[in-house]
Amino acid sequence: MSDHEYTPSSKFGKWFNDRLPLLTLANHLTDYPTPKNLNYWWTFGGILTFCLITQIVTGLVLAMHYIAHADMAFSSVEHIMRDVNYGWLLRYVHANGASMFFLAVYIHIFRSLFYGSYKSPREIIWILGIIIYLLMMAAAFMGYVLPWGQMSFWGATVITNLFSAIPLVGESITTWLWGGYSVDNPTLTRFFTLHYLIPFLILGLVVLHIWALHVPGNNNPVGIDIKKPSKDTVPFHPYIVIKDAFALLMFCIVFALFVFYQPNILGHADNYIEADPLVTPAHIVPEWYLLPFYAILRSVPDKLMGVVAMLSAILILAALPWLDTSKVRSAVFRPLFRQFYWILVADVLILGYVGAMPAEGLYLLIARVATVYYFAHFLIILPVLGWKEKTTPLPLSITEPVLGGSPNFATARIDEKIQKTIK
Amino acid sequence: MRKLKNIFFAIIFSAILLNSSYSAEKSPPFLETKWTFKGLFGKFDRASLQRGYQVYTEVCASCHSMKYLTYRNLAEKGGPEFSEAEAKAIAASFEVTDGPDSTGEMFVRPAKLSDKFVMPYANEQEAKAANGGAYPPDMSVLVKARKGGADYIYSLLLGYSEPPEGVDLDDGVYYNKYMYGNKIKMPAPLSDDLIEYTDGTKATAEQMSKDVTNFLMWSAEPHLEQRHKTGFRVIAYLIILTVLVYFTMKKIWSRVESKV
Repeated sequence: MSDHEYTPSSKFGKWFNDRLPLLTLANHLTDYPTPKNLNYWWTFGGILTFCLITQIVTGLVLAMHYIAHADMAFSSVEHIMRDVNYGWLLRYVHANGASMFFLAVYIHIFRSLFYGSYKSPREIIWILGIIIYLLMMAAAFMGYVLPWGQMSFWGATVITNLFSAIPLVGESITTWLWGGYSVDNPTLTRFFTLHYLIPFLILGLVVLHIWALHVPGNNNPVGIDIKKPSKDTVPFHPYIVIKDAFALLMFCIVFALFVFYQPNILGHADNYIEADPLVTPAHIVPEWYLLPFYAILRSVPDKLMGVVAMLSAILILAALPWLDTSKVRSAVFRPLFRQFYWILVADVLILGYVGAMPAEGLYLLIARVATVYYFAHFLIILPVLGWKEKTTPLPLSITEPVLGGSPNFATARIDEKIQKTIK
Repeated sequence: MRKLKNIFFAIIFSAILLNSSYSAEKSPPFLETKWTFKGLFGKFDRASLQRGYQVYTEVCASCHSMKYLTYRNLAEKGGPEFSEAEAKAIAASFEVTDGPDSTGEMFVRPAKLSDKFVMPYANEQEAKAANGGAYPPDMSVLVKARKGGADYIYSLLLGYSEPPEGVDLDDGVYYNKYMYGNKIKMPAPLSDDLIEYTDGTKATAEQMSKDVTNFLMWSAEPHLEQRHKTGFRVIAYLIILTVLVYFTMKKIWSRVESKV
């Protein structure tokens, strides 16, 4: 992993480290040379780790009180909210924690898109990230089913029904997923089991994600390769640790505002009604973080093609390192890409918005246009842009950028403006 | 670039506008009233909760159950805070079936603090049969189960009127402008002086609606006061810690010539 050798100073430390090099690992993590110009968008990796641990710890305690049974799940959640000591806090942290987790992961992904962190030599980190993201969606969806409210039940019905679109084996797969002929108790118990399992899979993948990151080291806002360790880097501890801690605390303040003052604003009122297979809610809507994909699903008239489009929308991201043909990583030096980047951000937000609206009339039209644009961005714009775009000159290193600018991203942009005026 | 940003924000702004107009066409704006439980330090109005319980038990409870509530809750901190003796007396005024006893027989006894609120009907079918096919929903978490929450419940209770021209109503269906689809199977439950408050407050329809909504809010969120209190402390703690960490960070990063 790192190039330097490490020898513990104590005799016992040396004895232990020869047998299990945990101290070498700790030393590597402390000394890990990190680009010193990382901005706050880079703090979300640490924040996400915090989110995962929070979900696992609160989830563990909730699972001690929750009963995975169709007749008792809803009332066991009420039992947690009313009678378990600080049960309300645990549940609200866990429920809002899912939303905060997705908020952080979207920032993390869009940071990567802006600064080209997915490009060579970081493709594996990126693909591991996409798998983690997929597992997160699966875990979140199944977690939402557990309280066994109306939206839980009908959300589960809609999503599992998607599998029936698969030709020939679709119906059998759906029956197999349900453990019966409709969403019922067997579905709930298996969802609970999987909901408990997936976070630990994610944890394992996170370890791989970080391991893969530590091979080439972090990308940075300038996006150029840097020498490590050098004047361009700082040791992870204490520089990055303290900065991550500061950003994490800010994040926790927002988190706490939701948990303590608006704990239900991100959920649906319908989920406080116990599941009733005979009453369908007026609008079945997934949680906010799945809305863009829900919009894509509904924008295609054919069920099977809708499912294909929705899955492709996520899987296309895995091919991104090869779809983006530009050698320049950071959008700071890609004037055209930068504009298309913001259009994509707007496009995804629009998709999220129409995903929450009924699929009819103008909303459906907007959803279709936005879906087409989403795919066009990755399949047409990015490859073409790589060949056509004229990028601005890259600095030689973080400390010695062209024209003697500053290593900071904000000032790098000002430099760029100066450059333009000189021209 | 700047132009693009403007377009970007214009889209988001119009989306928000569109959204509000979309939800506005569904129901008229809710009636406004001041809730003491809202805000950073929001607390329940104790007297209102006690009156609200009276409205529930004398009016609503004949059809609506509250199956997640226990009589002991009535004496708990952050709720109506009846004294333990009062809560015991309330519980004892209800009868529950218990058993089997040592001879295998079920028996009826007065309810205790540890008993759940006694339900008006034995099961959903009986409730439906007694109410023209409509099931009076359980009210334990009703406030959280409706979009608009307390404002919606309060407005609905006062939202009854004669149907406008051209709206035909079947027997046993009433017009309510806040109800989804404007048709409701519950007749207007509250009218002036329907009950006599034990604390002497005048029992207007508005007063009763407000009190019972307060009570339902508490029943849906029994730990609301504790949540607000803890939340304020947690956030104050986080802010102080964030400031300290900020200056520590500045100090540490002053060793390298780079900004944070």
